[in-house]
Amino acid sequence: MLGSFVGVVFDGLAYGMLLFLLSVGLSVTLGMMNFVNLAHCSFAMIGGYVTVTLTNSLGWPFLATLPMAFLAAAAASVVLERTLYRRLYRAGELDQCLFTIGVVFISVAVAAYFYGTVQQPIDTPSYLRGSITFIGVNFAAYRLFLIVVALLVTAILVFSLEYTRFGAQVRAAVDNQRMARGLGIDVDRAFAVTFALGGGLAGLGGALAIEIVGLDHAFAFTYLVYVLIVVAVGGLGSIGGSFVAAAVLGVSDMAGKYYFPWLGAFLIYLVMVGILMWRPAGLFGKRH
Amino acid sequence: MKSADFFQEQIRWRPIEIAFWIATLLPFVVAPAYLQLASQIAITALFALSLDLILGYAGIVSLGHAAYFGVGAYTAGLLAKHAWGEPLSGLVVAGALAGMVGYLTSHIIVRFRHLALIMLTLGLGLLLHEAANSASALTGGADGLQGVRIRPLFEVFKFDLYGRTAYAYSLVVLFACFLVSRRIIHSPFGLALRGIRENALRMPAIGAPSRAHLRKVYTIAALIAGVAGALLAQTTETVSLEVLSFGRSADVLVILILGGAGRLYGGLLGAIIYMVARDQFSGINPQYWYFWIGLLLVTVVMLLPNGILGGLAKFFPRKT
Repeated sequence: MLGSFVGVVFDGLAYGMLLFLLSVGLSVTLGMMNFVNLAHCSFAMIGGYVTVTLTNSLGWPFLATLPMAFLAAAAASVVLERTLYRRLYRAGELDQCLFTIGVVFISVAVAAYFYGTVQQPIDTPSYLRGSITFIGVNFAAYRLFLIVVALLVTAILVFSLEYTRFGAQVRAAVDNQRMARGLGIDVDRAFAVTFALGGGLAGLGGALAIEIVGLDHAFAFTYLVYVLIVVAVGGLGSIGGSFVAAAVLGVSDMAGKYYFPWLGAFLIYLVMVGILMWRPAGLFGKRH
Repeated sequence: MKSADFFQEQIRWRPIEIAFWIATLLPFVVAPAYLQLASQIAITALFALSLDLILGYAGIVSLGHAAYFGVGAYTAGLLAKHAWGEPLSGLVVAGALAGMVGYLTSHIIVRFRHLALIMLTLGLGLLLHEAANSASALTGGADGLQGVRIRPLFEVFKFDLYGRTAYAYSLVVLFACFLVSRRIIHSPFGLALRGIRENALRMPAIGAPSRAHLRKVYTIAALIAGVAGALLAQTTETVSLEVLSFGRSADVLVILILGGAGRLYGGLLGAIIYMVARDQFSGINPQYWYFWIGLLLVTVVMLLPNGILGGLAKFFPRKT
C-alpha cells in the first residue's frame, strides 16, 4: 500500500517535472510581455521530432540529441518572435490567442505531412531503461533521469535569474515593463533572449517527453491544455510557481488515474477551476 | 438627434440585409442535394451568433462556449430518447436548460478578466466534456447517444434524408433567434454592453450595472447556443461527445473571427464560408484542412483584424 503510494508520487513527480520543462518558458514570457503564446507546445514538438530524426535516421546517441533539440526549438522560436509575434504585442489577447492557435494548426499539419499521424518510436540507451529498487519500490531509471535534468535546469534558471545582471533585467521587465524601459533596460532584447530560452526548454521537454507520453503530430494540441493549466495555476512570470504547480498537477493527475480511473482528467480540471476561482492570478502570481 | 431617433435609425432594415435573408431560401431551389449541409450551416451560424453576443458585443472571450451547445444537444437528445420526440417543445426545454446552466456559470464568468477568464471558460468546458465522457450510462460516452427518434414537425413534416424539413426548421429558428439578437443589440441594453466592452471601468461610473448586464447577456447567449445544439441533435438524430469538445469551441471562434465579430452577420457569413470550404475539402486528409485553417487565421489576424465584414466595411463606409 505504502509502496504503491510512493511509486505513484514518484511517477507523478517525474510527470510534473516534464510539465515544468514544457511550461516554464511560457510562464516567463507571458509575465513579461503579456503575450498569450498558445503555440508554445509547437516548440516542444520541434524538439521531439529533432530527437526522433537524429536518433532513428542518423544514429546519434540519445543524450547527444538533447542539446540539438534545445537549440532547434530555440532557433525556431526566436525566428518566429522576431518576424511575426512582435507585431502582436500591442494587440488584444483575443488576437494573440487566435494567431497562435493558427500557428498550432499549421505546425500540427506540417508534422502530419512529414512524419505521418503515428506515434514516433524512440530508442533510449540501455542505461536509461532499467529500474532501481529501493526500500521495495521500483524507481524507473528514465524517470529518475528526468527528475535530475529538471532539477538541474531549475537550479540553473533560478541562479541565472537571481544572481546575474541579465536575470535582474528580466525580473525588472516582468515586474514593470515601462519602468524597466525607463531605466534604459533593452526590454525587447531581454525578451527575445528569454523567448528563445523558453522555446529551447520546451524543445528539451518535448524530446524528453517521447519516452513517457509519446510523440505524435497532435502533441502541440494535447499538451497545450496541461501547459496552460500549469501557467495559470502557478502564476504568470513565476518560476517557483510553475515548479510547484507542475509538481502538484503531475502528482494529482497520476494519483487520480491510479486511484480514481473512472474520473479521468476530471480531477485536474476541477483543481484548476477551483484554484483559479480562489486566486485568479495563480498561486504565486502577483495581482496586476 | 434624439435618442429615440438614434435607435430607430439603428434598427431600420437595410436592403442588403433583406437580400441576404431572401438568398438563404436559394438552397431549396438551386442546390436541393445540399440541404443537409445547408441545415448544418444554419445551426453553426446560430451557434456563432450566440458567441457574437458575448464576444463581439460584451467582450467576453470564451474558449469553452461548446459547453452550452452540448448541454442543449444532450438535453434534446435524451428527451427524445426517453420521454417524447416532439421537436419544438424539445427545443424549448433544451434552450431553457442551457440558459439555466449559463446563468449559474455567469456568476463565475463575470468576476474574471483576461487570461483567468480564458482559462476558466476553457476549464469549465473541459470539465463538462469529461463529465459527459464519464457518465457513459447516460450519454453513451465516446460512442455517442444512440436511439434518438424525433417526431415529425407539427406531426406533418418528417425529418427526411434530403434535409428539406431539417433546413427549413433550422433556418426558421435561426431567423427567429437572429431577430431577437438584433433587437437586443439595438436596444439601450445592447449599447451598454458595447460600452462595457470598450471600457469596463467607466461604465459603472456612469451608473450602468456592468456585472448584471454581463450576466444577462451571457445567459441569453448560453440559451441560444443550447437551442443550436438541440437543433443539431434533432436534425441528425444523434449526439456525439464531439458537441462538447474543445475543437467545437475553437471552430466557432474561428468562424466568428473570420466573418467579423461584433457585426451580427459576421458569424453567419463565417459559417457559410467555413462549412462550404470544409465540405469541399473533406475529400483530402483532414490534417491538411487544418493547415489551411491555420493559415487563414494567421492572415486574418495580421491583415483583416475585423474579419471579412470589417474589411468590406472599409470599402463601403456607412452613411451617417
